[in-house]
Amino acid sequence: MSSKKHEIPLSENAEEYLEVLYKLSMVERPVKTTKISKTLDITPASVTEMIKKLQKRGYVEYLPYKGVTLTEEGYKIASNITRKHRLLERFLHDVLHIKKDRVHDQACEMEHSLSDDAERAMCQLLKQPDECPDDEELIPVCDFKFKTCEECRKRRHEEVNQVGKRDKNLVSITSMKRNEKGRVSFVRGDYKVIRRLMDMGITIGAEISVLEVAPFKGPVELLVRGSNLALGRDIAKNVFVEIIKDEAPETEGALSYG
Amino acid sequence: MVRLPTCIEKEEYEKSLLEKKETGKPFDGDVSSDISVALAGNANVGKSVIFNYLTGSDQVVGNWPGKTVKRAEGNLNHHGQKIHIIDLPGIYSFSTFSMEEIVSREYIAHDKPDVVINVLDASVLERNLFFTLQLMEMDIPMVVCLNQMDIARQKGYHIDAKKLEKALGVPVVPTVAVTGKGLGKLIQKAIRVAKTQKHDYNVDYGGEVEKAIRNLSTFLESEKIDIGYSTRWVAIKLMENDPEINKLVQSKSVRAIQYANHVAFELEKIHDEPSFAIIASERYSLASKISAGAQKQKKFKMTLSERLDKILIHPVYGYFTSALVIIGLLVWTFVLGNFISELITNAMSFFQPVDPALSGPAIAVLWNGAFGGLVAGLTLIVPFVIPFYILLAYIQNSGLLTRVAFMMDSFMQKIGLHGKALIPLILGYGCSVPAIDSTRILETKRERLLAAFAITFAPCSARTIIILSLVAVFVSIWWALALYVLDLIIIFIMGKIALKAMPGEATGLIMEMHSLRIPSSSVILKDTWNRTKALAYMVFPVFIAGSALIQVFYVLGVLEPISSFMAPLTVGWLKLPLFAGVLLIVGVVRKEFVLVTLVSFVGTDLSVALNSTQFIVLALVGMLYLPCLSTFSILIKEFGLKAASAISAANLITAFLVGGIVAHALSLFL
Repeated sequence: MSSKKHEIPLSENAEEYLEVLYKLSMVERPVKTTKISKTLDITPASVTEMIKKLQKRGYVEYLPYKGVTLTEEGYKIASNITRKHRLLERFLHDVLHIKKDRVHDQACEMEHSLSDDAERAMCQLLKQPDECPDDEELIPVCDFKFKTCEECRKRRHEEVNQVGKRDKNLVSITSMKRNEKGRVSFVRGDYKVIRRLMDMGITIGAEISVLEVAPFKGPVELLVRGSNLALGRDIAKNVFVEIIKDEAPETEGALSYG
Repeated sequence: MVRLPTCIEKEEYEKSLLEKKETGKPFDGDVSSDISVALAGNANVGKSVIFNYLTGSDQVVGNWPGKTVKRAEGNLNHHGQKIHIIDLPGIYSFSTFSMEEIVSREYIAHDKPDVVINVLDASVLERNLFFTLQLMEMDIPMVVCLNQMDIARQKGYHIDAKKLEKALGVPVVPTVAVTGKGLGKLIQKAIRVAKTQKHDYNVDYGGEVEKAIRNLSTFLESEKIDIGYSTRWVAIKLMENDPEINKLVQSKSVRAIQYANHVAFELEKIHDEPSFAIIASERYSLASKISAGAQKQKKFKMTLSERLDKILIHPVYGYFTSALVIIGLLVWTFVLGNFISELITNAMSFFQPVDPALSGPAIAVLWNGAFGGLVAGLTLIVPFVIPFYILLAYIQNSGLLTRVAFMMDSFMQKIGLHGKALIPLILGYGCSVPAIDSTRILETKRERLLAAFAITFAPCSARTIIILSLVAVFVSIWWALALYVLDLIIIFIMGKIALKAMPGEATGLIMEMHSLRIPSSSVILKDTWNRTKALAYMVFPVFIAGSALIQVFYVLGVLEPISSFMAPLTVGWLKLPLFAGVLLIVGVVRKEFVLVTLVSFVGTDLSVALNSTQFIVLALVGMLYLPCLSTFSILIKEFGLKAASAISAANLITAFLVGGIVAHALSLFL
C-alpha cells in the first residue's frame, strides 16, 4: 500500500484495525481503545497490542488514557481500504443485486485484494457513487491526482500509477469540524453541481472555513471568499478539501492526522 | 467537451418569445427619448431597495414573458429627465441553468439598456466582483453601485472606491440604499454614462486563458459573427461550452465552433480542468486581486449579526429559535387577523342574505352570491393575509428566514425538498395561492410540483378558520390542535408518497446567508402591498363568480339531489348528516363556505345539528378534500391541467379515506 516504504505489506488484520479507526475517528478524535475493542469484539489487551504495533510502523499515534489518532500515512491507508470496502458494497448491491444485509461481510473479504486500477474502474462503472448501500456512510475520495471525475474519465487510458497519487490527504467538508480551514481540491459529481458551486465561489483551490454544522445531517455553513454560504449535506459531502492548519497549533478538536 | 444541460423552462420561454414577436410589441413601451437603466447584481444586495427608492409608487410588477420570473419596472423623473428603470432578477452568473440568468442576459443583449447599474454588496466584495467581471465581458456601459457600505464597515472593511474605480475602469458610487445615501449621485453618474455611452474596459484574465480568448475573438471577428452579444463575451461563452450560444453560433459558422472546441481543448490539456472551471477560476483570481487592492480589513470584529447567528443556527438553540419564528408568525397572524376580521365584519354588518323566495332569483344570485362572495373575501382573507405578509416580509428581508431554512433543511430533505422550500410551505399557512406561486424559487419543475403538492394539504388560513370555528368552539381546543398535528403528519406522509411517485435527483441546498439586518419599512410595505394585490386579483374574481354560481345552483334546486346522490359517501361512510354533501360542494369555491353555508342552514348554534364526531370529521374532510377553486386555477396555470387534476384527486382520496377512518374510530370512543 505504502508508496514510499518497501516493507512487508500490512496484514489484513491490521487493515481492519485502520478501517475501524477511520470510521470511529469520524465521530470522535482521538479514538478510545475501549471503543475499538467494543467494535471489533476483541479484548482491550489485544487491541492495545495491535495499536502499539501500528504505532511502531508510524500509522497511528497512541497516548495512553487519551486514545488513538491516525497519522497522515495511516489515514491514507485507512481511507483507501474504507473506500474499496464501500465501493465493493455498492458493486455487490447495485450490479450483482446482493441483499443489503449481506454485502458488508462479502466486501470485508474482497477489499484487501482489490487493485487500485480495479477500484478506479469500479468507481467509473458505478458512476462515482458517494454513499455505501447498507449504512449510507460516505465513500471516501480516491487517492489519484484528479481534480474532478471528468478528468478521471478523460484520462481513462492511463493507468493509475501513471496518474500518480495525491500529495495530501483529502477530507470531505462534512467531516470537518467547526472553525477548521481547508483548500478545495476535488469535487465529486456532475457538472451542474460543480458549476453552481463555482458561481458561488467554491472553485478548485478556493479556501473555505467551516462556520457551523447543523445536526441531523443538516447543511454546513461555510465562509468562502468573504461570503457566508450554506451547503446542503448532499452537496457538501462531495466537496473535498486539504486541511489547512493554522500557524498557531490548535489544541483539541482539530483534525490532526500528521 | 461536456454538453451542459439546458434550462428546463427554456422551451416555454422560447415559445412565449415567439408569441411576443407575433404581436410585435417590444419589451418596453415608448422610451425612445428616455434613458433606460437596468439594475443587475447578486440576490439580496439591495437592488429592490434601490429600485423602490428611485421609482417610488410609479412601478409595475409583473412577469417576464417566460412566465415564472418576476419582472419589476418603473419610472423616475430626475430633473426633467425621464428614466425607465428595470430591476433584473438577482443572479450570480450568466450560465443557462435558471430562467433568471437567461432572462437577464437576453434583456441586456437584445434590449440594450442605455446603462446597467451593477449593484454590489460591499461586505462581500470579491464574490460580487465575479458577477461584475461577467457584465464587463458583455462590453456594455455600466456603473458600479457599491451598496451596503454600512455593513461592510461593521465587518471592519475599509473600501477605497477610487481605487476600485481605477482597477475596474468603471465609475463606482458607494451607497447605503436603506437610508438613501449616495443614490442621488448614483443616478447622476448613470445618466452621464447613459448619455456618453463611454465604456472602455480592459479586463485581462492573463496568461494562456487571455491569449485563448483573444485568439478566438479575432477568429470570430474574421468570421463576422454577430449574435447581439459582444465578441469577447461570445468567445468566452463558446469556450465555456454554453449550449445556447453554441447553438446560435453553429447556425452561422461551424468552423467557429470547431475552432472554439480546439482552443478549449488546448486549455483543458494545460489545466486538467473543464474549460468553464478554468475560466471561473481566472475570473475569481482577478476578482480577488481587485478586491484585495481596494479593501482593507482593519480588525476582525464580530458583528451583531454574527453574534446572533451563534444562537440562530446553533445545533440546539437554533431549533428553538426557528420554531419560535414560525409559531410567532402564526400566532401574530391569527390574533391580529381575528381582531381586524371582527372590525370589518362589524363594518359590513349591513350585509344580510335575502330569502330567494321573496326577492326573486336574480337578486339572490347577485346579492347573496356575488356580493356575498366579496364580503366573505373582505372579512375572511384580507384580515389574515395582510398581517401575515407584513411579518413574513420582515422575516424574509431581515435574513431570519434563511436561518430557519438552514435549520430545517434536513427535515425538508425527507420529502425530497431542500431548506429553501420552507418559504413556500410557510406561505401556505396564509394562503395556498401565493404559496404555490412562490415555489418558483425552487430549481426544478419536479421540486416545484412536490412543494405545491405538499402545500395543497397545508392548513391555510381558511382551513384554520374551519378547524377553529367547528372543532375548537364546539368540541374542544385540544381536538383542534390534534387536527392541526394530524394535518402536519398527513403532509409528511403524502410528501413521502409523492417522492416515491416522482423519483429523481434532489437539488441540494446552495444558499447565501446574508448578514442579518433590520429591513426598511418601505421595503416591507411594498412587499406586502404587491403580494396582497396579486392575491386579490387572483382570488376575488373566483370568489365572486363561484359564490354567484352556488346561488344559481341553489335557486335551480340542484343542490338537494346532489346531496342525496352523495349520501352513501357522506352519510354512510363519513357518518355525517345529509346536508354535508351541499357543504362539501360549496366548499370547493372557498373552504370557508363550508362554514358560511352551515350557518345559513342551522343557525349559529351548530351543536343542534352535529355531534362531536361529526364536527371533527367535517372539519377534517373540509380541510383535506380538494383545493379550493383559486388554488386549482393556479395549479393549472403553473403545472397544467393533468398535474392539477392528479393533485386534486390525491387530496380527495386522502380526505375521504382519513375522514372515514376517523369517523369509524371515533364513533367507538365518543
